[in-house]
Amino acid sequence: MSETSNGSNVQTERAAGAERPLLEIKDLQVGFNTQDGLVKAVDGVNITLYRGQSLAIVGESGSGKSTTAHAIINLLPGTGHVSGGQILLDGQDLTKASKKDMEVVRGRKIGFVPQDPMSNLNPVWSIGFQVEEAIKANGIATGRKEVKARAVQVLKQAGLGDADRRMRQFPHQFSGGMRQRVLIGMGLAANPQLLIADEPTSALDVTVQRVILDHLESLTRELGTTLLFITHDLGLAAERAEQLVVMYKGRVVESGPSVEILQNPQHPYTQRLVAAAPSLASRRIQATGSISAAESSMADDAAHAAGDAIDLIATAEARAEALAAAPEAAPAIVVEDLTKVFKIRGSGDFTAVDKVSFQIPKGTTMALVGESGSGKSTVAKMLLKLEDATSGKIVVGGKDLASVTGKELFNLRSRMQPVFQDPYGSLNPLRNIGNTIAEPLFTHKVGNNASRRERVYELLDQVSLPRTLISRYPNELSGGQRQRIAIARALALKPEIVVLDEAVSALDVLVQAQILRLLADLQAELGLTYLFITHDLAVVRVIADHVCVMQKGRIVEAATTDSVFDSPQEQYTKDLLAAIPGASIELGA
Amino acid sequence: MAGYILRRLLQAIPVLLGTTFLIYFMVFAMPGDPIVALFGDKTPPPQVIEALRERYNLDKPFIVQYLIFLGNIFTGDLGVSFSGQPVSEILMDTFPVTLRLAAMAVFFEMVAGISIGLVSGLRKGGIFDASSLVVSLILISLPIFVLAFVMQWFFGIYLGWFRTTVGPGAPTQDLILPAIVLATISFAQIVRLTRASVIDTDGQDFVRTAASKGLSRGRIVPVHILRNSLIPVVTYLAVDFGTLMVGATVTEGIFNVPGVGRTLYQAIIRGEGPTVVSFVTIMVLIYLVVNLLVDLLYAVLDPRIRYAK
Repeated sequence: MSETSNGSNVQTERAAGAERPLLEIKDLQVGFNTQDGLVKAVDGVNITLYRGQSLAIVGESGSGKSTTAHAIINLLPGTGHVSGGQILLDGQDLTKASKKDMEVVRGRKIGFVPQDPMSNLNPVWSIGFQVEEAIKANGIATGRKEVKARAVQVLKQAGLGDADRRMRQFPHQFSGGMRQRVLIGMGLAANPQLLIADEPTSALDVTVQRVILDHLESLTRELGTTLLFITHDLGLAAERAEQLVVMYKGRVVESGPSVEILQNPQHPYTQRLVAAAPSLASRRIQATGSISAAESSMADDAAHAAGDAIDLIATAEARAEALAAAPEAAPAIVVEDLTKVFKIRGSGDFTAVDKVSFQIPKGTTMALVGESGSGKSTVAKMLLKLEDATSGKIVVGGKDLASVTGKELFNLRSRMQPVFQDPYGSLNPLRNIGNTIAEPLFTHKVGNNASRRERVYELLDQVSLPRTLISRYPNELSGGQRQRIAIARALALKPEIVVLDEAVSALDVLVQAQILRLLADLQAELGLTYLFITHDLAVVRVIADHVCVMQKGRIVEAATTDSVFDSPQEQYTKDLLAAIPGASIELGA
Repeated sequence: MAGYILRRLLQAIPVLLGTTFLIYFMVFAMPGDPIVALFGDKTPPPQVIEALRERYNLDKPFIVQYLIFLGNIFTGDLGVSFSGQPVSEILMDTFPVTLRLAAMAVFFEMVAGISIGLVSGLRKGGIFDASSLVVSLILISLPIFVLAFVMQWFFGIYLGWFRTTVGPGAPTQDLILPAIVLATISFAQIVRLTRASVIDTDGQDFVRTAASKGLSRGRIVPVHILRNSLIPVVTYLAVDFGTLMVGATVTEGIFNVPGVGRTLYQAIIRGEGPTVVSFVTIMVLIYLVVNLLVDLLYAVLDPRIRYAK
């Protein structure tokens, strides 16, 4: 606690005028011209950032956090423009800067690390070319040799070991993490005073994310760069920045030192965020030893006072109780020595899944955890029989999947339904919600039109959506609503098993918490068995009974959720657990 | 890379066999007796007809005619036209002219089409964009021969800038006007394609990232927008080469260009099998080579595409 108060003392001294802030945003307004007139994406934002500090802007998608970042470097997309307020960089108002002035500011004074490493490097130019270009544009070095030497230095500094050799390669020859290193190197190429990192790791695996952020942190500290960090993950923000700014619908709802905000959130929205962040919830459960203890520790917490707040810990507790009450159930799914080998032209075989075995008791949730490429989704595809196993056995409800064909397979499918990651890609935009949910009923010839309609209403009720949505189209719905529709469709045939492939990964934290809650409720109500596939261990803590950790096609660790979190056996599991943001944060208990 | 080129050239063999066979068959199946037609209103003595028939192998069954033709091609003998001139000689005279015309047309349509498309795309919704849309729509909807006559009258007669027909030896300045006419066929498509491609690229994340590095717009446009936008345009050019050849036939007729198009047209009318098939074979060959070159250029523009193995 004393550390925090020291921090705020320094803050007040600085504010007293001892030092001019590096970045001062005053009453910033950003609007987009649309057919319905001007839409304000940022409305009256104030941010003050001193030299050498780090500040994180946190908020869900659409909160205006990225728009604020783009406004600072005057690179707003489309019709976006600053419609009021000031952005002062070292006293210079960037909203009034000319094109030429902004070109000097960008790169040289403000470095920018974008969100998606896959789309932010030009695919047709080599890595070296794109780094050298940044160096030349900012006049950091002149002459071919010097520019090249500096580029190598920049890339090495960003953690690209064999930079000399890899400079000649193209972006598609780099992994996501490597590309992000290149982008960080480019952002820091001209030693800017301020570095804006816009969700720099949200597209990366958790362990890669951790390595990259650690590196970014030590690098900015070393160079004395001021860091403006943008993220949707409150735990990550608090871990990586001294100061927090919480944005909601274009406004700042709360700001101050990170630890203070996490321990004592004032605004109801921040309270809901704190309660919903899986990383924080899992940390809290971990910190207090058990779910119920975590629950009671939250009792006095402001998060609880927020009333309608979706509290992940409460969700976890309700689940744990329901499970304790249930008698030991027979396995709904048995997987034995499941193997999948893909033939790759030119380079032999690739074993995506290697002798995987597990069982899922009826009415429970098993989480399959791993990074991209670990084979977890391939397991799901084989379980759904969308992909044939090379060898091994899958037994669902007493039937061996390999021997099931034709009519029998068709019937089996109705008992096993999937929900996929992307709520935008998994709904046909040309079919209305009613038809989408009823489609499995048509396919399996269940009931007549009237009874199907009745069932759609029932399902909409179950996933807590208004019945009026039945005639609407997917593009009119939000991401969370769409995912509810996908769940409703999966439930239409009253399945016993639901395979959830990264079903909450693409959602904002608050929506994610709602969906997790919904899944828990539906499980208790309908006795569903879940196979929950995710890369996010934090979510697992809340939803799963058993965990299988996959790495390179093998299950490296399998146990109950509690024992995986309490006493992980494998180094890989420990790495994954350590990668959950928020480890270093003292949470209010 | 060498392996890829070799494979593509090998693929050309069945294509060439197929096209020559089809063309030969079509010429053979054309109604009317080419020898009789050759003499117009006069009726030649039957012995002369017989002699000519034998000389051009017209007395033999179709498949034999075709195989003889094919065998001759491999020995480099393309046969003789009805006027007694070796087909290879006619080819040597006409192909350079048409290739020059086509090259000029491609140059015009690329320079004009890509630059207008680029400016339209960068200033989407502006006055320039709107007017280029209108002009390209007008050009798309005009048949090429109408456009050719209008241009001939306006630039050739009214303004007197160019000669209306191409003189002997087809000097390059005479080819400018036909080349422009030929270029307009695909010009509008290239403008539209470039425009759409530029708009798409301009909205890409890496363009914003390039700006965030401190690059000026003057560098971003050619380096990060134009190059990426050219990939689909180049692909289109290859596919469109056939259209250019058809257009050349019409344009050469109107401007009296002594090129492949006009010669081929006349050979078809006269039913001169060997000439038609030789010309078409060469055209197919050029089409295949152009497509191969474009595919190689594609790999230069886009490093993600590699033709190794």
